[in-house]
Amino acid sequence: MHPTDFTIAGAVAALEEGVISAEELTRAHVAAIEALNPKINALITVTAEHAIEAARASDAKRARGEAGPLEGIPLAIKDLFCTEGVQTTAGSKILDGFIPPYESTVTAQLKRDGAVFLGKANLDEFAMGSSNLTSAYGAVLNPWSRRNDPDARLVPGGSSGGSAAAVAARMVLGATGTDTGGSIRQPAAFCGIAGIKPTYGRCSRFGIVAYASSLDQAGPFARTVEDCAVLLRSMAGHDPKDSTSADRAVPDFAAACTRSVKGLRIGVPKEYHIDGMPAEIEKLWRQGLDWLRDAGAEIVEISLPHAGYALPTYYIVAPAEASSNLARYDGVRFGLRAAEKESDLRDLYERTRAAGFGPEVRRRIMIGTYVLSAGYYDAYYLKAQKVRALIARDFREAWSKVDAILAPATPSAAFAEGEGSDDPVQMYLNDVFTVTANLAGLPGLSVPAGLDPQGLPLGLQVLGRPFDEETVFAVGAAIERAADFKALPGMRAGA
Amino acid sequence: MSLDTATVRRVAALARIRLPEEEVARVQGELNGILGWIEQLQAVNTDGVEPMAGGNPEGIAAMPMRDDVVTDGGIAPKVLANAPDREGEYFGVPKVVE
Repeated sequence: MHPTDFTIAGAVAALEEGVISAEELTRAHVAAIEALNPKINALITVTAEHAIEAARASDAKRARGEAGPLEGIPLAIKDLFCTEGVQTTAGSKILDGFIPPYESTVTAQLKRDGAVFLGKANLDEFAMGSSNLTSAYGAVLNPWSRRNDPDARLVPGGSSGGSAAAVAARMVLGATGTDTGGSIRQPAAFCGIAGIKPTYGRCSRFGIVAYASSLDQAGPFARTVEDCAVLLRSMAGHDPKDSTSADRAVPDFAAACTRSVKGLRIGVPKEYHIDGMPAEIEKLWRQGLDWLRDAGAEIVEISLPHAGYALPTYYIVAPAEASSNLARYDGVRFGLRAAEKESDLRDLYERTRAAGFGPEVRRRIMIGTYVLSAGYYDAYYLKAQKVRALIARDFREAWSKVDAILAPATPSAAFAEGEGSDDPVQMYLNDVFTVTANLAGLPGLSVPAGLDPQGLPLGLQVLGRPFDEETVFAVGAAIERAADFKALPGMRAGA
Repeated sequence: MSLDTATVRRVAALARIRLPEEEVARVQGELNGILGWIEQLQAVNTDGVEPMAGGNPEGIAAMPMRDDVVTDGGIAPKVLANAPDREGEYFGVPKVVE
C-alpha cells in the first residue's frame, strides 16, 4: 500500500503498530506535493522542511509514549488560518508577505494533537468565491476530469478549493477549510471527498482571517466521514479568545459514525426541488433517501418556506460584514501599501485597497458598504436580518418533525474555468443548497455519493440540529457505506 | 433601487477604494445586477419579526461575559513586525496635520 493511500484512521493505526514512521509518511506526501502541486496549484506555500522536522519530532514523541490523537498525520491548512511564522495570504495580494506573529486556535489544537502541516492551501480571495478563480495566487485545478472532455480545466469549487484538491489528489491525508456559504461542502462535493461545516460556535474563529463573522466556521476535509470526525474532534472546543465559540464538551464524533440510523426521521425539504436541477442530481438525492430508508430510517417530507430567499439574504449579510471586517486592510499596519509620493493618508488607503483587493472582493465590499449606508440600512441589511430569522425559524420548526435533513450538496458537478464565471449572480447560485446552514448556524456534511454521466463526483449533504454533529456523522457514514464510493480522480499521488 | 454613477462614486469613496473614472460604468452595471437580484427579499413579509444578529443558533443570550481586565499587551515588536513603514515603536503614515 502506498503511504498516500492511507485514511487518517488507517495511518494512525499503522503509525501505532510501527508499520510506517511519521517521517516516511510525511516524505511520501512531500514527494506527492512536489510532483503534483506545479499542475494543481493546491498549495500557495509548501512547508516541506518544517514538516519533516515536525514528523521526526512526532516519531520521537511516539517512542516516548506521548503520541497525540493525530500524531504524525500530514495535513494542509487553508491559507486563511494564521500560522505563526508562516506566510498567510488569504488568497489576496493585500496580505502578500504577511507573517502572522501568532497561531490560530484551530491550528494550534491540531498541532497540540500531533498533526504535521505540509503547507498553506489556495483559496478564493478572502474566501469569497465558489471556484477558487478569485485567488491572487492562481486557479486550482480539480484533479478530476470529464470523460468526454478530459482537457477541460475543471474548478475544484471554493472557497476552500486548494484544501479539497490537495486531499482528493492525495497530497495530504486531510485539510482544514472554512465555510461561510458553502466553502467546505461545495468543494468537497466537486472533488469527491467528505467535508463538514460544524455548528456555528463549535470551532473557535480566533486567528482565522475574517470574512463574515456571523457565518464563518472552520471545519475539516478528508477522504472518509470518519476521518472528518477525527479531525473535527481536535479542531473543536471552547476558546476564551472567541466569545462566540460554544462552551460545550466536544463529543467523540468518530464513535457516532458507527451509530445506526434505524428509527431516525430524515427530512426532505420540498423547496429544494429547484427549477432546472440536473436529472442526475435529483436521481442521486432519491437514491440517498432509498439508502437511508433501507437502513431503517423514516423519510419525512418537510417544508422550509423561506429557503428560496437564503441566497439573496446571504448576499446582503455577508458583504455587509465583509465591508466592516475588511476595513482593517489600510496599508498601515500590515500587508501591502500602495502610495504615491504626494499621497495623503486617504489617498494611501484608496490606492492600497484598489491595488490590493481583486474585483470580487471590491464588489462585495462596495455592496456591503451600500447596504449599510444611511438611508438603505433598513431596506437591505435590517430586512435581510429579519429574513434570516425566518429561515432559522423554519429549521427550528422542522426539528420537531425530523432528526436530520438530506439534500444535494451542489446544483451541478464541477464546472470548467470560464463556464458561468463572468456573471457574479450565476456564480452565487452554486451555494443554493449550502447557504441555509450558515444563515441558521447548523452543521452540514457533504459526502461523495455518486458520479455524473461525465464521471465527475457528486455529493449529498446532511444537515442536523445545532450541536448535533453526531447524528449528522451517523447519517453521513450510513450514506458512505451504502454508496461505497470507490472512484478516484485521474490526477493523484501513486496513480 | 438602482444606483446612479454619483452613488457608485460615493460608495467607493466610503469604502476607501479608488475607482478610476473609466471603471465607474462597469462597476455600476455589476452592482445594479446584484442589487436587482437581491430586491426579491422585499416580497417577504417580515412584520413583527425580530432581526437575527450574530450566528449563534441558540441566540445572543448564550454569549458569555468576561471580566473587564487587560489580557494582552507589551508586544510592540510583534504588533509592528508586519508594518509596511515604521519609525521606532510607531506605524509610519503620510503627514496628516499641516
